This record gives sequence, structure tokens and C-alpha cells, in this order.
Amino acid sequence: MSDNVSPLRQPAGSAEVAALTRELADLIVAALNLEIPASEIGPDQALYGEGLGLDSIDILEIALVVSKQYGVQLRADSEDNERIFASLRHLAEYVNAHRTK
Amino acid sequence: MLAYRAGRPIYVREFLADVERVGAVLGSGAHVLNVCADRYRFTVGFAAALLARKMTLLPPTPTPEVIAHLQRLAPDACCLTDEDECDIELPRVRFPEGGADTSGAGSTAVPGVEAGQPAAWVFTSGSTGTPVPHPKSFGRILECMRVAALRLSLRAGVSYAIVATVPPQHMYGFETSVLLPLAHGAALTAERPFYPADICAALAAVPRPRILVSTPLHLRALLAADVRVPEVELLVSATAPLSPELAREAEQRLATRLLEIYGSTETGSIAVRHTTESPEWHLWPAVTLEQRSGGTWAKGGHIEQPTRLCDVIEITGGDRFLLHGREADLVNIAGKRSSLAYLNHQLNSIPGVLDGAFFHGDSRAGEAAVSRVGACVVAPGLDAAAIAADLRRRIDPVFLPRPLLLVASLPRTPTGKLPEEALRALAASQHKPAPG
Repeated sequence: MSDNVSPLRQPAGSAEVAALTRELADLIVAALNLEIPASEIGPDQALYGEGLGLDSIDILEIALVVSKQYGVQLRADSEDNERIFASLRHLAEYVNAHRTK
Repeated sequence: MLAYRAGRPIYVREFLADVERVGAVLGSGAHVLNVCADRYRFTVGFAAALLARKMTLLPPTPTPEVIAHLQRLAPDACCLTDEDECDIELPRVRFPEGGADTSGAGSTAVPGVEAGQPAAWVFTSGSTGTPVPHPKSFGRILECMRVAALRLSLRAGVSYAIVATVPPQHMYGFETSVLLPLAHGAALTAERPFYPADICAALAAVPRPRILVSTPLHLRALLAADVRVPEVELLVSATAPLSPELAREAEQRLATRLLEIYGSTETGSIAVRHTTESPEWHLWPAVTLEQRSGGTWAKGGHIEQPTRLCDVIEITGGDRFLLHGREADLVNIAGKRSSLAYLNHQLNSIPGVLDGAFFHGDSRAGEAAVSRVGACVVAPGLDAAAIAADLRRRIDPVFLPRPLLLVASLPRTPTGKLPEEALRALAASQHKPAPG
């Protein structure tokens, strides 16, 4: 994988990532019919397990939203996968670096 | 050809060598909890256990509560895993990796196994809060899959490659992605693709003809994603009925047939239907249905003992029937089954919970969207997060209640019964969804 797709090397994208983080929170709450308002999902809160309490069914749903909205196809065999869903911010960074629309 | 991993073929000789190596480290206990995520390794572990006359344990999600129960049933059980980290509290056997044997040495003589030999315990959630084991003999599950090959119209002598999105530990996955390949001489694939792009990659890595074994959940995601799906000869879906619309869309997009399998953990697969042609299910030839005492029972053929099915069934002809949904107590979330009685028992076993009850959530709008369960709980000293954390140790996370509502009391009748309507009305009055 070439350097230019690593989100960590794109400091210029931080404003986009922050905006995307909020956008994704809204999309996730709408797609999953979550109980909590999007504004209450912290950017560093874990999405899986004890954090937001999402499971694999939810993750597949989020993958669909991300695919439709940003043209990003997630892959479970990429080493990034666990990191991507570590938090909303990680997901936003990944989408920001790989989005095609 | 027995299997593919990342597109690399694995032949019988290599498989037998792997089975022998794993058999040597399984120890002396008579039970093996096989949690290998890689389907090939799972199959090697299963075969090694079978040859050593050990029982493979296939519980639902191995939560600490389930493991504690397993240990009471089978105190000598060990856990065969292919992960470096495994938090299951059983004596651990790490799957021993060996180099691919390309020397041409080693035996290709397939060891025999008696048809009646017990091979696995599968589990259902009993109504008393403890998982109930169901023994499966190797001969019967293999016979069931020989019939499945006929009902799916698999061509004799053709080596299909079977890609599956379901885990090998789930009864449907165990049958169609591990035993169907063994019964028909098809090749299994080690990977378990999850995202739509993974499914496409896994299919592209194996030669045609290919079969994709999946579920409504994964198929819906696959169809919604903007991906090009490699050509498949046959699509198989199970765990929950597909709507005719989704089935039609799948057949058109993938230019192939979609066949659905119906079964249960206790009976294994017993019927198939071509959804776009008829809503009727076609039973396995030797299996019969019988309706008595308000339920439908399946028996005969590979079925170990007459089993009551937890679905509302209308028999329409000799070997045909219609499915009219699940019975009230059954919970099926994306193919994971439990019962309200089981979930209630687990909820009420939490210290500090005085009373509590699960209820079915409303099916959300939209094709095959997943319907969850909710719960009302009386637990003055606890908060919802603490209850959820305790439940997580007990039940599969898909059954965690959404919403989990803390209430002062449940609307029980004077005799202690809890009418579902009263419970849902209470939940609706308590439940304020997030704005917007």
C-alpha cells in the first residue's frame, strides 16, 4: 500500500475528518435506529462491544452506508479492519483517505 | 481437491497429514470445542476428533456462561483454536501449523468411520436457561447432505467450490460449508467472507463452478453494494426466509438460481425451495411432517428423533409445506436462534434483577432489516449499562436488548402471567427514541 493512502500522513485532512466524524455519527444513528442522539457518540468511543455496543450485524449495515455514501468498500482481510472500527474517528479517517465520492 | 485457501488448492494427502498432526495434540479428553475461525482448520480439527472418537462441541456463541455449562456437561473438554488470543476458559489446544506437504509422501488412504459414530453435539437454548445438547451421528449428517446435494441439483462428478459467509460452527454452516463438500466431493474454502467486497474476492479466488452459501443478511448487503459479483452456479440461503423480491433480485443480479434451505439445529436441513418459482418447501424424501398437539413434528430420514419445529407450518401436500413465521417464543436474529424463555431466565439470573422480561421488537421497515429484541427490567440498584454488561457474559450480543428499559414493575396479571401486549404497551410508554 502506498504512503499517500495512509490517513496518518494527511494532516491537512483533519478538518475534513472532524466533519466526516459528525456526518458518520448521523448516518450510523439513522441506519441503525440507535437510541442515543448522534451528538452523544464520542469520536473516540469504541463502536464494538462495551462501547457503543454494536455487533457484526450493525457493522455490515455501516459498511453498506459507507459504500453507498462514499464509495468505500470495506474489507475484513485488510489489517486495518479492526482499527477502522476501533472508534468513529478511525472510521472517519479511513473513509476520508479512501473515499471515491 | 478438498479445499482452497486464498485460492491455493489443498489435496487429500495434505488434509490427511494435517488431520494426523492435529490428532496427535488433542489430548485424552473425549470432547473438543472447535472454535477455529478458518474453515479448513475447523474441518481438520473435526476430522481429527472424529477419528479419535471424540465429540466435537458446537455450542451457540461461547460466552462465559455457556462455557461454564459446557464444562459441567463435558468436564474433559478442550478448546481447539487457531487464534493466538482466546479468552475461552477451557484447556487450550493451539491448532498446530505444518508446512504444506508437497513431497508426495504420506498416505492417501482415507480412514473409515462407522456411520453410527457420534460426531458432534449441537446445542439449542432450552426453555430452562441451559443450552440443550443434541448428539449427531456422522452417518446421519452426511446422509442429510447427500440428500441436500440431490435437492440442490448438484451434478454428480462435478467439483464445485463452495464459498460460505456462515461460520462452520453454526448448524447450517457446519452442514453446507463443511459436510456438503465432504459428502459431494466439492471443495470448501477456508475463508469466511464478511463484507460484500470480501465475498467477491473469495469467489474470484476459486475456479468455477462456484456455489455461494449465505444468509438473507449477507445477500441483502451484497446486492446493495456497488460491486461486481463473480459468476456463481448456485446461490444457497438459509437461517431466515427470503422475500420473493430479494430472491428475484439476487437471481437477476447474479444470473443464477437461488435455492433456500429450511431446517433447525435439532433436525439439520430438511427442505428446500426455489423461492422465485414457488413459496412451497420441498421436504427431503425420507422426512415426514406430522401435526399434533398444536405443533408440527419432523421425523424420519436422517433425523435422530421426532422433533417439534418452532415454526408455524401449513402442510400443503405429501412432501410440501408453507412457512407462516415463527412461534411466539422463538427468537431468530440474523440466523442466531434463542427463545424468550431462555433470555428471560438469563436476565433474571443477574444479581439485583428483581423481575425482567424480553419482548420481540417491531420489524423495521425495509427488506430483511434485522428485528431486535427489547427488555423491561425491574432492578432498583442497577443501571442499564451494568445489566447490559452482565448479559454480555451470558448471551450472544445480538440478543442484547434494544431498548433495555428500567421500570418500577412489570404489568403482571394477578396470577403472575405477563401478557405480551401489556409488556409492549409498557415499553412503548417508556421508550423515547432519540430525536431526529
